[in-house]
Amino acid sequence: MITLTVNGERVTRHVEPRRHLIDFLRLDLGLTGSHAGCEHGVCGACTVRVDGEIVRGCLVLAASLDGAEVVTIEGLSDSGEVADLQANFVARNAAQCGFCTPGMIMTAADILTHAREEGGGTPSRAEIREHLSGNYCRCTGYQAIVDAVEDTLKARA
Amino acid sequence: MFMKWPAMGYLRAASLPDLWSALAEHGASAQIIAGGQTLLATLAFRLSEPGTLIDITRIAELRGISVSGGTLRIGALTRHASLGRDALVRAHAPLLTEAVPLIAHPAIRNRGTIGGSLAYADPAAELPACIVALDAVVVTASAQGERRIPAREFFTDLLQTALEPGEIIAAVEIPLAARLSAIQEVARRSGDYAMAGLAVALRLEGGRVMEPRLVYFGVGNGPVLAARASAALEGRALDAGSIAAAQAALGEDLDPPRDLHGPPEMKRHLARVLTGRVLNGLLTAKEMAA
Repeated sequence: MITLTVNGERVTRHVEPRRHLIDFLRLDLGLTGSHAGCEHGVCGACTVRVDGEIVRGCLVLAASLDGAEVVTIEGLSDSGEVADLQANFVARNAAQCGFCTPGMIMTAADILTHAREEGGGTPSRAEIREHLSGNYCRCTGYQAIVDAVEDTLKARA
Repeated sequence: MFMKWPAMGYLRAASLPDLWSALAEHGASAQIIAGGQTLLATLAFRLSEPGTLIDITRIAELRGISVSGGTLRIGALTRHASLGRDALVRAHAPLLTEAVPLIAHPAIRNRGTIGGSLAYADPAAELPACIVALDAVVVTASAQGERRIPAREFFTDLLQTALEPGEIIAAVEIPLAARLSAIQEVARRSGDYAMAGLAVALRLEGGRVMEPRLVYFGVGNGPVLAARASAALEGRALDAGSIAAAQAALGEDLDPPRDLHGPPEMKRHLARVLTGRVLNGLLTAKEMAA
């Protein structure tokens, strides 16, 4: 039995040890915004926040998260924290099939957070690409995604 | 192909004594899990099917970074992201600070631990090569007590270490020294495992190279301390001549296997190129500091 916070709500559930965080979110809690892609830590479609930092949801045991604070794309979106980033994804056509998009938004939000914390100026396109390098997109060729993140960083600077 | 993990048990050890009793109870079917960034992927492929996972991430004794008695001690549970941000690490072992951005991706660096990386001993991983270059000591713990194993003796073969059953990595200790150090690698994509990489640490005394340690990764069954290339630098000025001598001597040090990336000769070529890049980079840094 684990008790944790998911998108600000306290949740108590029995979980099997073999359940990874993404199946827990999708199948047990019905939060289907996080996607199970490769399920071995390569594609980034399952990116969520645990205790404030992004992780691969497919490489985290749900059973290990007693007391943790999890934020998914649903929670991040509802909070309004990335409304500008999401608007720029639309404006730049940075989502095509959309499968990678929740993970991309979670990772791009991490760039926005760390750019503010570190105060080292606006990250370059190369730095944006580096940070997004663990999130695969098979449609866009990444250019539009980098554009959307860069627009958001510049507007917030 | 399976992608879901096998059915298994899970328990969390609250302390080292708690861990020893859990290991005694579950024996060979137990598998220790820390950050899980390698282990959980292997479960998805059923490359391993442990009976019970024993989570050590909440054992306080395995945490923390400190300096005392001439060594920098890094707890086994230190996550890569924390290692990269830590001020003591930056001051005393900047080689590790420089290595962190080369390890996988931000989301993985937020979970993976230094102890896990060393215990898994992937031959293409950065941290095993770094701790050999830094002449570190791996501190292990078991129900029988602590052992201190020099890093160069810790990695024994492909994915094999000197750890005994029931023994875990507790910390890494790095001797404090005024070193020059650097790490570079060649990978097809940012965050991929290296096709070849090189971690170097050396001291300069009166303009002479002392105790150079050139450690290659991704080119053998573990981190490869290149004895002949290192010897070619020892006692000489760091300059174009000694760098060329190290590159020439390197051929005898390496016996790279053919792998997915290419034949042995390609790995040898990459290792020579990296030798030039890393040592010339140190030379430039030294000249700028002078």
